[in-house]
Amino acid sequence: MYRAEGLTRIFPGGTRAVDRVDLKIGAGERVAFIGPSGAGKTTLFRMLNCTLKPTAGRLWIDGEEVGHLHGAVLRAARRKIGTIYQQHNLVPRLHVVHNVLAGRLGTWSTPKALLSLLRPAEVETAHRVLQQVGIPEKLYARTDELSGGQQQRVAIARVLLQDPDVILADEPVSSVDPMLAVGIVHLLTDISRATGKTLVVNLHSVDLALACFPRIIGLRDGRVLFDLAPEAVQDETLAALYRGAPEAEGPAQVTPDASFDSNSSCRPLPKV
Amino acid sequence: MLPSTPTPVAVPFPRSRPSGFVLAFVLLICLTTVASWWAARVDLTALLSREALGNVLAFLAGGFPPALSPEFLGLLLRPTLETVQISLLGTAVALLIGFPLGILATASLAHAGPLHELDLGGRPLRRLLRFLPYAFSRAGLSLFRSVPELVWALVFVRAVGLGPFPGVLAIGVGYGGILGKVYSEIFEAVDPRPLEALQGTGASRWRVFWYGMVPQAFPHLVSYTLYRWECAIRASAILGFVGAGGIGQQIEISMRMFNFPEVVTLIGVLFLMVAGTDALSLRLRRRLL
Repeated sequence: MYRAEGLTRIFPGGTRAVDRVDLKIGAGERVAFIGPSGAGKTTLFRMLNCTLKPTAGRLWIDGEEVGHLHGAVLRAARRKIGTIYQQHNLVPRLHVVHNVLAGRLGTWSTPKALLSLLRPAEVETAHRVLQQVGIPEKLYARTDELSGGQQQRVAIARVLLQDPDVILADEPVSSVDPMLAVGIVHLLTDISRATGKTLVVNLHSVDLALACFPRIIGLRDGRVLFDLAPEAVQDETLAALYRGAPEAEGPAQVTPDASFDSNSSCRPLPKV
Repeated sequence: MLPSTPTPVAVPFPRSRPSGFVLAFVLLICLTTVASWWAARVDLTALLSREALGNVLAFLAGGFPPALSPEFLGLLLRPTLETVQISLLGTAVALLIGFPLGILATASLAHAGPLHELDLGGRPLRRLLRFLPYAFSRAGLSLFRSVPELVWALVFVRAVGLGPFPGVLAIGVGYGGILGKVYSEIFEAVDPRPLEALQGTGASRWRVFWYGMVPQAFPHLVSYTLYRWECAIRASAILGFVGAGGIGQQIEISMRMFNFPEVVTLIGVLFLMVAGTDALSLRLRRRLL
């Protein structure tokens, strides 16, 4: 799905946010990136979803090199990648239905998109994906009236409607409380399992990453520090990853909850 | 130690030193302001002298009691309606000019920022092609703005003759320049993160504009356009002086005949119209926000 060679991004100030990253992610894989903030996770994701241009190195999506894309071909490539952001990625003044249907914007013609703002097209589909994420009753609510967790579900519904090959989730749960976080990560892994879509996430919570993802990549100072199965991630590995980071930055703890849905795709969370 | 004692902050608050450019700029502004005081021959003693105040009072007293005879009020009906028509139509024309030009003049939509990074990065020719319409629309808007409405009105009176129509055109072109500039600034101030997300779905810039920019900017667009309508009512009064119809023409006639009671009534009518649009736009804004 993804192949990167020496992928580097240097910002105007001279900061090397991402530094010579080599990477291969196969179709249908579920991968979690962890690391202290400032490690370059978000910058890497913005290159993976075709927003930022790599300063150096090369990136292929499905064998197509990203740096050369522009215009309609670039838009077609973006359509294949659905992104869920940390927060603030929905249009606050629009109704939920429009934010969900925005997932179709890569496919719809501009006239159809405009008409849909007046009279929503494909309402049934929007309702169905909202049902999938558990908030069908919010179809006609104003988006800025929803809670953070509900907004994140709308963002997931938008990605479902976009129907991409890859789902990128950049810190999808950092703005919601820990229990909701578990629910949202489960929702994403369940979708990936059911549909075979590749799932790549940035996670602040190491426990959640280790519990739910078969492949963990540690990023520090823009470089890949390790690329391991969760069983192989040792305390020392994590200590090296977060060395020098303030305590609040360290591996976040998630309190396991007995009431938690047991037949979901994640393994039980480690007891604290 | 008391538990509430705050631990001393190790790092002092960073003192930012203004750059040389900022200092020079501020100094220049200050000097220019002081110099203008002399150049404009500002003389507060002249304004506040007993004689000046007496003159002002006498002038105002000449306008009282205002002319309220039924014949005169009946005469006002047509020009008042005409003023409303000029201001409404003028604002509509300004909207037609300002909205499309404002879109073109929005840098974040035209050529700069994350919406274009991958699309235009390393393609200078494509970037130039995107930059040109932006530059031309900005220049056009500046031109429309820099010519005073009064001059536009004189131009259009020459072109299409006396009456309300040149007033409509003058307000339309002049205010089109203002609306376009302000619209583009409103569009650029919008939160860019939802735009990036919309673009991430593979949407074209047009669709990103309608789904991301317009909804976020909408209340500000409406509010500013309504304010411009209010300004247009006042402007149409002035335009009447050069023969562009409306209540201004009536003011000019009464002034020339030194009939100050009539002038006071006319200004009262103008006040009612401005206050009326203000109340209307307030209600509309409350609805929208």
